[in-house]
Amino acid sequence: MSLWNQKRIVSKAIGLAALALSAAVGTSVSADEAKTQYFPLATFRVGAYASSGIPVWAGEIDYFRYINEVEGGINGIKLVWDECETNWEVEKGVECYERVKAGKNGSPVPIFLPHGDPISKALTEKSVADKIPLVTIAYGRTEAIDGRVFPYSFPVVFSFWSEASSAVNFIAEKVGGKDKLKGLKIATVYHDSPYGKETQVPLAHLAKTYGFEDIQIPVPHPGNEQSAQWAKIRQLKPDWVFLRGWGVMTPVAIKTAAKVGFPVDHIIGGIWSGSEEDVRPAGAVGKGYLAITPFPAGANFEIHQKLKKYILDKGLSDLKDPKSFGSVYYNSGVDEAIVAVEAIRTAQAHFGVRPINGEEAQWGLEHLDLSEKRLAEIGATGLQQPLKLSAKDHEGGGAGKVLQWDGEKWNVVSNGWVKSDRDLLLPLIYERAAAYAREKGITPRDATN
Amino acid sequence: MSAIGTETIEGFGPSGVTAQSTRDRLRAGSVGVLLAALASIPLVANDYWLNAVLIPFLIMSLTALGLNLLMGYAGQASLGSGGFMSVGAYATYNLLLRLPELPLPVSLLLGGIISGLVGVVAGLPSLRIKGFYLVASTLATQFLLEWLFNQYGWFSNYSTSSSISAPRLAFLGHDLSSPAGRYLLTLATVVVVTAVAARLVRSQTGRTWMAIRDMDTAASVIGIPVSAGKLKAFFVSSLVIGIAGALWAFAYLGTVDARSFNLDRSFQIMFAIIIGGMGSIRGNFLGAAFMIFLPIQLDHLGSGVFGGAVDPGQLENFQKALFGALIVWFLIKEPRGLAALLSRAWTQLVSRINR
Repeated sequence: MSLWNQKRIVSKAIGLAALALSAAVGTSVSADEAKTQYFPLATFRVGAYASSGIPVWAGEIDYFRYINEVEGGINGIKLVWDECETNWEVEKGVECYERVKAGKNGSPVPIFLPHGDPISKALTEKSVADKIPLVTIAYGRTEAIDGRVFPYSFPVVFSFWSEASSAVNFIAEKVGGKDKLKGLKIATVYHDSPYGKETQVPLAHLAKTYGFEDIQIPVPHPGNEQSAQWAKIRQLKPDWVFLRGWGVMTPVAIKTAAKVGFPVDHIIGGIWSGSEEDVRPAGAVGKGYLAITPFPAGANFEIHQKLKKYILDKGLSDLKDPKSFGSVYYNSGVDEAIVAVEAIRTAQAHFGVRPINGEEAQWGLEHLDLSEKRLAEIGATGLQQPLKLSAKDHEGGGAGKVLQWDGEKWNVVSNGWVKSDRDLLLPLIYERAAAYAREKGITPRDATN
Repeated sequence: MSAIGTETIEGFGPSGVTAQSTRDRLRAGSVGVLLAALASIPLVANDYWLNAVLIPFLIMSLTALGLNLLMGYAGQASLGSGGFMSVGAYATYNLLLRLPELPLPVSLLLGGIISGLVGVVAGLPSLRIKGFYLVASTLATQFLLEWLFNQYGWFSNYSTSSSISAPRLAFLGHDLSSPAGRYLLTLATVVVVTAVAARLVRSQTGRTWMAIRDMDTAASVIGIPVSAGKLKAFFVSSLVIGIAGALWAFAYLGTVDARSFNLDRSFQIMFAIIIGGMGSIRGNFLGAAFMIFLPIQLDHLGSGVFGGAVDPGQLENFQKALFGALIVWFLIKEPRGLAALLSRAWTQLVSRINR
């Protein structure tokens, strides 16, 4: 008996056992499920970050339900999903990935959303071996933008480098042009972790280019005590503070800033310091606080009207707290679902209308073109920025909107999408990707195909 | 521990020698069968079992073994295990990166030795303090090491995110980066280290450790070198944990940063040996199995039985509570751990058959 056969028999036996179990509790597997598209979700509904995760799945699942219920699936191929809890822990995340990667009932996995920076890093190589693209919106390895070295990692929309650059460009917008940046002091207060340090390189480069002073102030995890850091701010008197927090660090920073008298409307929060959950606990002093995000808050986008009409009002929503409808995190889930669905649609146009596997979805992602026109058709104008990906560019957008907290909700205060200086930063990113390729012995892929 | 005591006595009597040798042969035979079975697992298991279950289980067993040498045998409590894992991982990474001509096992061993030396430094306070005070000082080591690898980019070769990922894993021209290759690398390492450790605890060194554990004042009175014994325990323990850390980084996860080896990891390892059994080699494997398999099984069971019907968040919380309850229940059943529970069950079974 060949090795392959043995493997098949064992996996069949395991499958049969699972089937027996599911049959025993009365769930039946319908015959036409091979015509559905499996889409596993790695969630974190428990653990330290659950409060930020729960609205994300709601946005995602609501959009999937909308696609299934109203549009009858992606060109008729309905989405099916199940959840695997990661607790935001890397080991659990890897376990979930391995559990779902073979697909379900004959339907392959098109895209895996790791939902956790360390998880996405641990899966970088595994995903290449398994040919399953990882889509990490606004987190993940920045140098994975170079798809020639990272064929299956997609840090789409807004990398941390773009985040830093857009924040600087917003400041330029405020002070009246990039030439006015010269001589300004911009302090970055960051979560002292690999994530927090990720913007040091681009900010140093931008400081050199535009002539502003780049001050870096670390806050140790979890950041529930920041008197020392803000005392330093008071002493250094920066013009702007760029706040790259995570979890409890953000509200504590806002409160401590108020205590030392730093104007809150000169603090720009990063992507993970810019949700309702981050600013509400700070209370009244949070009024005026700014944040840059690829997921503008708001429930007035066209897609939200549809979601409300067909999903929320019919009681089909996954949302526990209806107040979160249109929140930053909910909208991030919708955004992510739109990108995934459109990538599958693009792949279907090329490979045929049927469930798509990882390799085909990778093609779909690299040929994804979310134009203004397409976004308008979806109803996501203003919610999602135009996005065009390629093998050389797995990010695509690179712009964010700046929101301001009015004490109740977020309002967009930037002049539309604030673009980052991608032309300036991309060479540095490619350099880093090339260094990674050298270290790992990877031959970069030809980008022309 | 009692099992070791009886063995010593048996070893002296003339009849004991033959009984011992038959038992040794039997044991060697069963170990051989077990090893053959373990080595052939990649032929039948799929990626899920290798990547998500067996590799972490083996590495967790190895870390538990490392801590058990220190805590279970030498009686020195430590919460620095996560830190020593990170030393092993970062040291091995730098050796692989900067000295690529070294073969993989040599890099692993050297990484372990570096971790062992760090362990000796971290163990210096044990010469003056013990118990909870020592726990506090090892806790400081844990935080210091985590900070160090996050702070200084040199350790991670100035990677943007301070994370490290293994350069090509290969040995004697064989590529070990497939799941089966990584599993076999882990298995071979665990087998070798466990065999050495099992010999070690029965040697002069092991007896010194146990004497220190049981009463260090008495040990020093009868002329046992207590300080040297403690530092040796820290060295060997950190060496084993360091090797495990390198495997965790490169054979299991692939890419890690200092956060992968935080205080939670240290606690997890300590729980594994408490549940498995302190001062027992077998207990490490049982404890690691408990920590790795059980939550996964609960999760499979939960999603298989209730999936879709119950709110996933509630289900997850329930599983956590159940896991905690099981820990408490097992420890009430047998405070000395699963190893003691198993050997008690075995004795009962044998006596019932004999009757």
